[in-house]
Amino acid sequence: MLEIKNLKAEIEGKKILNGINLVVKPGEVHAIMGPNGAGKSTLSAVLAGRDSYEITAGEVSFNGKDLLEMAPEDRAREGVFLAFQYPVEIPGVSTTNFLKTAINEKRKYQGLEPMEATDFLKFMREKIELMEMDKSLTSRSLNEGFSGGEKKRNEVFQMAMLEPTLAIMDETDSGLDIDALRLVSQGVNKLRNAERSFVVITHYQRLLDYIVPDFVHVLYKGRIVKSGDASLAKELEEKGYDWIKAEVEAATV
Amino acid sequence: MMKEETDIIDQVVSQEYKYGFTTDIEMETAPKGLNEDIVRFISAKKNEPEWMLEYRLKAYKYWLTLESPKWQNFDYPPVNYQDIIYYAAPKEKKKLSSLDEVDPELLKTFEKLGISLDEQKRLTGVAVDAVFDSVSIATTFKEQLKEKGIIFCAMSEAVQEHPELVKKYLGSVVPHTDNYFAALNAAVFSDGSFVYIPKGVRCPMELSTYFRINAENTGQFERTLIVADEGSYVSYLEGCTAPMRDENQLHAAVVELVALDRAEIKYSTVQNWYPGDKEGKGGIYNFVTKRGICLGDYSKISWTQVETGSAITWKYPSCILKGDYSVGEFFSVAVTNNKQQADTGTKMIHIGKHSKSRIVSKGISAGKSHNTYRGLVKVNKKADSARNYTQCDSMLIGDRCGAHTFPYIEINNKSAMVEHEASTSKIGEDQIFYCNQRGIGTEEAISLIVNGFCREVLNQLPMEFAVEAQKLLAVSLEGSVG
Ligand SMILES: Nc1ncnc2c1ncn2[C@@H]1O[C@H](COP(=O)(O)OP(=O)(O)OP(=O)(O)O)[C@@H](O)[C@H]1O
Ligand SMILES: [Mg+2]
Repeated sequence: MLEIKNLKAEIEGKKILNGINLVVKPGEVHAIMGPNGAGKSTLSAVLAGRDSYEITAGEVSFNGKDLLEMAPEDRAREGVFLAFQYPVEIPGVSTTNFLKTAINEKRKYQGLEPMEATDFLKFMREKIELMEMDKSLTSRSLNEGFSGGEKKRNEVFQMAMLEPTLAIMDETDSGLDIDALRLVSQGVNKLRNAERSFVVITHYQRLLDYIVPDFVHVLYKGRIVKSGDASLAKELEEKGYDWIKAEVEAATV
Repeated sequence: MMKEETDIIDQVVSQEYKYGFTTDIEMETAPKGLNEDIVRFISAKKNEPEWMLEYRLKAYKYWLTLESPKWQNFDYPPVNYQDIIYYAAPKEKKKLSSLDEVDPELLKTFEKLGISLDEQKRLTGVAVDAVFDSVSIATTFKEQLKEKGIIFCAMSEAVQEHPELVKKYLGSVVPHTDNYFAALNAAVFSDGSFVYIPKGVRCPMELSTYFRINAENTGQFERTLIVADEGSYVSYLEGCTAPMRDENQLHAAVVELVALDRAEIKYSTVQNWYPGDKEGKGGIYNFVTKRGICLGDYSKISWTQVETGSAITWKYPSCILKGDYSVGEFFSVAVTNNKQQADTGTKMIHIGKHSKSRIVSKGISAGKSHNTYRGLVKVNKKADSARNYTQCDSMLIGDRCGAHTFPYIEINNKSAMVEHEASTSKIGEDQIFYCNQRGIGTEEAISLIVNGFCREVLNQLPMEFAVEAQKLLAVSLEGSVG
C-alpha cells in the first residue's frame, strides 16, 4: 500500500532525509525509532504533504498512486492520517465541527452526499465510546487549552473518526500518563485490521508492549539504518543507539 | 432543520460577489446634485407635512456650513456631492394596498437575494421591510404585529401615520448637527424603517429591513428609528447588498435607537454592500451614524455587526448609557480583503450610575486591506460604579494587510472600572496544514479558522443571520491566499 523509494528531502539547503526506503503492506504495523533530530517527524511531514520541505529525489506510491503529486488534503481524503507530534490549536472551532467538516470534505471527494447531522452525531458517539474519550472535549475549541495528554488522545480520536488506511503516529505516546498510554494503545489496537496500516514513531519500547509492531526500523541521519522485528525495540531499550551509530560509522568509513 | 454550516460554506466557495446583478425597472429619479429644490422635491414626493420639510431644510442649511471630516484612518477621493442622485424610486402607478400589486420585477429581485416578501413562504419568525433605492417596497406581517400594538413600517409612512412619535424621537439621538453625514442624511433621507414597541410587549418575531441599492449614481440615505417603550423587547436585523458598479456609491444612513425603562433592543447588521473589485475599483462608501440611547433605568442596547462588504466602512454604532444600571454592548466582526478599508468601532458613553458596557471586536484583514478599530469609552462625572470591558482581536491573513487599534478612554469618575484587552494573530501555516491533513482544503480551512475566531460575535446573531454571516465570511475571504 505504501512504497517509499530512495526518498530525499531538505529544508533551506539542509539535507534531512537521505534516501529512505520502506514498504508497508496492508494491515502491518511498522515502528520507527531513532535519536532526536534523525528525521522521523520530517518523514511523516513529507508523507503528509507539508510543502516547506523540498523533495530532491525518490518516489512514494500509495495504493498505486503517486503520493508526492497530491495536495495534502487529497492525501488525507485518500486515507493518509497523521497524528501530529505537536497538535495545533484552532480557537473557536469545536472538535465536532472540525471533524464534521473534515468528514464531509472527504465524502465530497468520494462523490458522496454530506453526512446528515443526526447520523454524524451518532457516528461520533460510537467512536467516543470506542476510544473511551471524555465527551466534553469534543465540544471545546479544538486543542485549545487541552493538556498535552488530551491533545494526543484527541489525535487518536480524530483518527478513529476519519478511518484512514494509513495512520502515521508521530510520538503519540510522549506526554501520556500511564493510564492514558494504555487507553491510547487499546484504541489503536481496536482500529487495527487487515486493511489499515500504521507507522508508529516512538522513542519508547513501552508503547510497543501494547501495540506490537510487525517491524521495527531505526532512522538515523535521514536513513533507515537497521530493521528488525519487535525484539529490535527491546534491544534498543537496553543498549541505546550508540552501537547502531558505531555500525553506521564503520560502514561509511 | 437548519442546514449544516459547513455544507453552506461549501456551496458558496468559489463564488464572488453574487448580489451584483441589476434590476431592470422603470425608475423615477430626482435630477443629479443637491440644492434646496432637491430637498423640497424629496419632501414633496413623500407628501410630507410642513414640519418635516422644515426639519430637512434646517439640516440642509447646517450641512452647507460643514466640511467633510478628515480624521479617519483611510484615504478616499473626495466625494462630489453634486454628482449624486438623491432620490430614485421604482415608478408605481398607484398606491399599493397589498403585496399582489408590487411590481413582480421587484419581488423577483428580493427573491433572488434570498428575501421572500411572500408571507406564506417566509420563515415565520421574521418580519421584513424591503427598501429598494429610496423607497420601502413592502413590509410583511404588519397586521399580525399591529394586534400587539407594534408599529413596524416604512419611515415615510410613519411620518404620515404616527407624526407625534416621529416628531418626538427623530433626531433625538442623532441630531442633524451631529456630524457631516448625519446632517446630509437629515436633509435628504429617503426611506428606512420605523419601529415602536409598546409598553411591556415582547416583539414575537425578529423585525428586519433589507436595503438594496439598485439605481446608478444614486446615494442611499435611509433613516431608521426604533423606540422600545418601558419593559419591551425587540430584536431587529438589517441586511444590505448592491449591484457591482465601477463608480463608488455613497451610503450615509442614520439609525437611532431609544430604550426606555427596562426595555431592550438588540440590533444586528449583516453588511454586504458591494466592496469594489480586486483593484479597488467601485464599491460602496458606507458612512453610517448609528447610535442608541438607554434612556431608562435597567435598559439595554446591544449592537451586533458583521461587516464584510463596502469599499470603505466608516461607522461607530454607539450607546449613550443614560439610565442607571443600563447596559450597552457592541459585538463586531469586520472583514476586509483586496483593497477594502474599514474604520469602525463604538462609543460607550456612561452617564447613569452602575451602567455597564461590553465591547468585543474582531477584525480580519486580508489582501492589501486595512482594518481599524476605533473606540471610545467615556465615563461621566456622575456615573458612579460604571464598568466597561473591551476586547479587540485582530487577525491578519497574508502580510500585505494592516490592522490598527485606537482605543480612547476618558474617565471622569474614580469608581469606574475599565478593562481593555487586545491581541493580533496571524492565520498560521501550521493551522492550515493541520486542516489540510484532515482533508480540509485551504479555502475551507481559512473560513473555518476565521469563523472560529469570530465565534463569540456570531453567537450573538439570530440563527438565520448567523448562517448568512458565515457564508459571507467565506465568500469575502475568497482568494485571500495562494
Ligand atoms: N524548518 C526547519 N528548519 C531547519 N531545520 C529543520 C526544520 N525542520 C526540521 N529541521 C531539522 O531537521 C532535523 C530532523 O528533524 P525532525 O523533526 O524530523 O527530527 P525527529 O527525528 O522527529 O526528532 P525528535 O525525535 O526530536 O522528534 C533536525 O536536525 C531539525 O533541526
Ligand atoms: Mg519528531
